[in-house]
Amino acid sequence: MIRKVALRMPIALTLRTALTILLLPAAIAAGNAVQADPVSKERLAAGKKLAMTRSKGNCLACHAIDDGELPGSTGPPLMYMQQRYPERSELRAQVWDATVRNPDTMMPPFGRHLILSEDEIDLIVDYIHSL
Amino acid sequence: MLRPAIRRFLLLCLATILSMPALAGPEEDREAFRAYFSQRFPDVPLDEYVNGIYALDPKAREQWLDIEQFPPYEFAVEQGEVLFRQAFANGNGYADCFDNGGVGVRQHYPRFDPALGEVVTLELALNRCRTRNGESAYAWDSDELVALSAYMAWTSRGNPIDVEIPDDPRALAAYEAGKRFYYSKRGQLNFACSDCHVTSAGSYVRADHLSASLGHPSHFPVYRSKLGKVISLHSRFYGCVRDVRARPFEEQSEEYRNLEYFLTYMSNGLVVNGPGARK
Ligand code: HEC
Ligand code: HEC
Repeated sequence: MIRKVALRMPIALTLRTALTILLLPAAIAAGNAVQADPVSKERLAAGKKLAMTRSKGNCLACHAIDDGELPGSTGPPLMYMQQRYPERSELRAQVWDATVRNPDTMMPPFGRHLILSEDEIDLIVDYIHSL
Repeated sequence: MLRPAIRRFLLLCLATILSMPALAGPEEDREAFRAYFSQRFPDVPLDEYVNGIYALDPKAREQWLDIEQFPPYEFAVEQGEVLFRQAFANGNGYADCFDNGGVGVRQHYPRFDPALGEVVTLELALNRCRTRNGESAYAWDSDELVALSAYMAWTSRGNPIDVEIPDDPRALAAYEAGKRFYYSKRGQLNFACSDCHVTSAGSYVRADHLSASLGHPSHFPVYRSKLGKVISLHSRFYGCVRDVRARPFEEQSEEYRNLEYFLTYMSNGLVVNGPGARK
């Protein structure tokens, strides 16, 4: 399991690099700042705020995250997320409804129970994915 | 990175196995409940669990021991004793409503009343004692009722909790309802009581250190320094249910009485040490 993840990671990276290189001319041609891939600083900051805020994601209640103070310890630390979740959609699915993967999970179903809006979830996922 | 996750998974399996309804009756449940915590915290003696989070958190324990030097619940005990001794208008008193004059009986509550077919908590018994004697019932969160309960706990300190589930299908059904409540996910946040106080006991939710449910009812009513007053067990239930963003039940609702029945039965054999003091 561990090995699989470790193996998948470089492949994913290579693929992404290849894609970026392939698409770069198109992006430049379209006059766009490269692809949707690098998330803006503003989005990351907004996602971080939502993840740390008690009345919002409050992810910090259970996960050690970045420089968040007084993190909880019932969930695993959120780090190396791109390696663990090459697919952003899988990470989003975990946040939207963690009970799919583990019906007994302690993690609240943020999307399914309307704890956060879809936009808020996207912001948090962008931020967490950057860790 | 994965190691803690694996350990968590194994603990979760253990918790699930131990908390499975299975074919077991209440006594098997109780033994499994204890065994789970013994394995989870091998260094914590069973009789320490009546001290809640202070059984698991040495630093918080020191602050608590300081607080216990001048017990903040003392006033409630004194007020409770005065109230307890006051005769009703008809000349009777609380002592007439309880075994042993109401002294040292806390450990038998909640009890299943076969005549009424329901779980009777100490607070309910106190209020029924009043109405039977022509007095009006106290509000569940009134200082008076909490004080009476504090005094009765005080006179019962050191007595092993001894909740009985008589051989009556209605009693067993009440116990099972309380157990189901404890393990059911609820509220917008989708938490079960057991998520925090069984599976994650000893972990932190933000800065809150989670206590084990074993021993939970032993020290109620409890002085909460955060609130600056003594509160009932059902008031604590109310708070935890509200915190998971579910609609709380009323104090002394059938739901909470059954919950208390289950939870207190799990602590049978541990001693009464109320009233207590907590954050
Ligand atoms: C009340 C506790 C709690 C809260 C709040 C919580 N989580 Fe979790 N989370 C967990 C637990 C426990 C796990 C471990 C897996 C499981 O039990 O399902 C987990 C797992 C995860 C995982 C999978 C980690 C891995 O290693 O695969 C991700 C990603 C995650 N959480 C993100 C979040 C985000 C983002 C938030 C906030 C929006 C959040 N969590 C809020 C408890 C929580
Ligand atoms: C999200 C976490 C969480 C959930 C879910 C939760 N609690 Fe709590 N509970 C706490 C915290 C935090 C405290 C205060 C610290 C401690 O003693 O554990 C507490 C304290 C308590 C106490 C007092 C313990 C003492 O020693 O005085 C009782 C009793 C209790 N909870 C019962 C329940 C019941 C019953 C439920 C389910 C309806 C429940 N809790 C659900 C977090 C939770």
